[in-house]
Amino acid sequence: MTTLTINGITQQLEVDPSTPLLWVLRETLDLTGTKFGCGMAQCGACTVHVAGNPVRSCVTPIAAVAGLEITTIEGLAPGPDQLHPLQQAWIDLQVPQCGYCQSGQLMSAAALLASNSTPSDEDIDKAMAGNICRCGMYGRIKNAIKTVAGVQHFDPAPLALNKELTNG
Amino acid sequence: MGKWSRRAFIGAGVVAGGGLLIGVAIRPGNRSEELSKHVINDGETFLHTWVKLDSDNLVTAIVPHSEMGQGAGTALAQMLADELDADWNLVRFEEAPAVSGFANYSMGQAILMPDAEVPSFVMPSVDGALIKTAQMLDLQITGGSLSIRSTGTYGMRVAGAAVKQMLREAAAQTWNVPLDEIVARNSVMAHEASGRSAPYSAFAELAAQMVPPSSPKLKSVDQYNIMGRHVDRHDLPAKVDGSAVFAADVRLPNMLYATIKRSPTFTGSIEKLDETGARSIKGVVDVIRLASEEVSSMFGNFTFSESVAVVAEGYWPAKQGLDALKIQWSTTDNNAVSSATIFEQFARDIGASVDRGSDVQQGNVPQALANAATVIEADYQVPFLAHTCMEPLNATAVVKNGRCELWVGCQNPLGFRKSVADALGFDVDNVILHNCLMGGGFGRKSRPDYAIQAAQIAAQVGRPVQLLWTREEDVQQDFYRPAIMSRFRAGLDAEGNIIAWENTYVDKHDPFEASLIPYAIAAQDIGHVSSPTHIPFGAWRSVAHSHQGFFTESFIDEAAAAAGQDPYQYRAALLQHRPRELAVLKAAAEKAQWHKPLPAGRGRGISLHSSFGSVVAEVVEVTVLDGELSVDRVVAVIDAGFAVSPDGVAAQLESGVIYGLTAALYGEISISNGAVEQSNFHDYPSLRMPESPNIETHIINSGATIGGAGEPGTPPIAAALTNAIFNATGKRIRKLPVGTNLS
Ligand code: FES
Ligand code: FES
Repeated sequence: MTTLTINGITQQLEVDPSTPLLWVLRETLDLTGTKFGCGMAQCGACTVHVAGNPVRSCVTPIAAVAGLEITTIEGLAPGPDQLHPLQQAWIDLQVPQCGYCQSGQLMSAAALLASNSTPSDEDIDKAMAGNICRCGMYGRIKNAIKTVAGVQHFDPAPLALNKELTNG
Repeated sequence: MGKWSRRAFIGAGVVAGGGLLIGVAIRPGNRSEELSKHVINDGETFLHTWVKLDSDNLVTAIVPHSEMGQGAGTALAQMLADELDADWNLVRFEEAPAVSGFANYSMGQAILMPDAEVPSFVMPSVDGALIKTAQMLDLQITGGSLSIRSTGTYGMRVAGAAVKQMLREAAAQTWNVPLDEIVARNSVMAHEASGRSAPYSAFAELAAQMVPPSSPKLKSVDQYNIMGRHVDRHDLPAKVDGSAVFAADVRLPNMLYATIKRSPTFTGSIEKLDETGARSIKGVVDVIRLASEEVSSMFGNFTFSESVAVVAEGYWPAKQGLDALKIQWSTTDNNAVSSATIFEQFARDIGASVDRGSDVQQGNVPQALANAATVIEADYQVPFLAHTCMEPLNATAVVKNGRCELWVGCQNPLGFRKSVADALGFDVDNVILHNCLMGGGFGRKSRPDYAIQAAQIAAQVGRPVQLLWTREEDVQQDFYRPAIMSRFRAGLDAEGNIIAWENTYVDKHDPFEASLIPYAIAAQDIGHVSSPTHIPFGAWRSVAHSHQGFFTESFIDEAAAAAGQDPYQYRAALLQHRPRELAVLKAAAEKAQWHKPLPAGRGRGISLHSSFGSVVAEVVEVTVLDGELSVDRVVAVIDAGFAVSPDGVAAQLESGVIYGLTAALYGEISISNGAVEQSNFHDYPSLRMPESPNIETHIINSGATIGGAGEPGTPPIAAALTNAIFNATGKRIRKLPVGTNLS
């Protein structure tokens, strides 16, 4: 029996304690927002927060995180029908392409901003280096982080040309 | 010709008449059951195979392409909505179901008669034979950058215009006023003189009974309202909160998980298999051997070698089980093959030039070379490349009572359905395919091997099964961008003008024109020899353009260097007869401040390549410091004719640049003992944020026929990079990948 606290909910799980957290999230708990990309801490698609720190859940046995506060992409927003500022920026700057890496990107970025609210370019590069985006949206990801951090003002002009057309 | 009489339409049947290219009205009562099941809800009037308008005045575009991430759905909906003069907030879209009626006929048309400039309004008269051909090929493909240029131009716009015209006629009839007094705007019909107005939906039923116009009038560029402007992509909110359901996120009751391993040498079979270790792992349910499989598809025939799958209560025990299997694969002749033997074979076959096929033969190359003041020659080569889509290959299947239901992210739903049906020995009607969101496609997800495996495993275990490949399997069992070698010779006269261009490469791959050059060189001889290997190959973002762009744009740079001339000016001088290419090249040079001097250790390179109807030029700036390379800046200019969704085009360009840069810097699948040596992102690396350059994109709307956006950004980047390295260091790189250490 392993006790896990995920997105504020504590539960007891009858799962082999050596199982990586990723599979417990995705298969046991149906929290499929956290993705599998490599299984060896190379791509960052599986990033979640454990006690506020970004952790690669594909190489983290649940035994190692028992009793700790775990947050997944499903729990990133402050409340239902709300978005974390980074999620909003991701939409404003039209960051995702296929979107598969973006849960991991957002979790790494959120952990960065939580510990460093005004990161430099180098800080951002360093914090995000573990997250691969095969669609190559690095420029947009970086700009979105800077926008939220207030180190760069998001100029909506080029995009907002026709904001009234926004399709909800 | 060009008119659908009610009878002819019904007579052709929905499948043919639903020729989804054009807005063919399907009238209530005459729909195929298969279609109506997917597109009709209560209270909706079905006007069109491409468009439905429901009683809430909501317009739904039915998009026949798979969403790999390009945002094609949004751009297609823009095209439809603009012609329809719909309120953008009342426009939604759905992906077309994988039924034969949705065969992507416009893509078939583009493949079968690529040069036919058929005006959109006469498309219905392009006879039913093409519809049939497209269906027989089981086309429903996303690829070839075709979504916008074929489906959008020939399908969506015509459909939108036709529907609007019918609705206007219905309004005029209802109000009994002249047609030309009816104004359609923002999903509302209005008659100013009488002050009447009503939503489009008020006229849907009447319009549905009308004969659709054979040549609806399309808007001219100055009338565009929604095309060419930014609209937010519809699919992003679900991609930032984890709620988007990708294929691997499908969950079915009572589902098992499986993972698999196929023969590493692509051809061997299993000689000995010890399952004991796997079966002793808690949670493992079964170990299943899948026999080698012949698959025939529109891409040709493939043989997949034997494989073993471990089925378990979860992916993790399945993976542990797979690792615990002791498999002895048989040895074949291919075990002696390595990257070195492959490139030796290529060099030998190019040298022998047996059965050389010709791409271009003009002027007298031998004579021009004999007269040349300077002759330069060089061999170029590129390795095999894997796709490594962010989402590893997976498919979920249930096989029960002679029927198969399948959830998969793929670039060719109809083709997959057919292949799975063939493999199971089922009729295609007994295979239902749900196409899911794809975490990348890049060409890999046009090959159905993983879907077939999932269906075969599910058939054996009798429960729903999700087959999820390990990343290792994904890297080692790809359909690779082929390794290629290309040999060049060029002759320059005393002034440095290029007078002869000779090029022979292995092997020829689609599309035909990839090896051609836009430059005015009188004598050209471009050809290819065949030199097959056992390594499976397939479409990889931009297909043959990915390597040909590197070869030709590097060698023209060598010619400029041999002539002692500026590589941008040298190209420009050879493009006077090609105004479109020249304009793009010039724009790239200007935006990149080509003539502004750079400090020592830095360099700039330029490259130009056209593909899929779009012209792209790129300028790369690099720094090489103590042999360490960094890529600082990329300026990319595209002329895709007209950018329907400008931010979408920009994003695709950024994406294509990073994808190509990853390949140019790091991408190498090497072969040893007949098998792939790499296995995951640690030894097949991907560009990461710290190494990514600033990318500036610029769009030219020349008004040419709309071209692709998803692929054309990739071909020029490798040569722009290596040309920049040459500029910085004097070192010419003729073999990819570059690596980051140049010393
Ligand atoms: S799946 Fe965990 S880092 Fe790639
Ligand atoms: S958005 Fe596709 S991998 Fe990042």
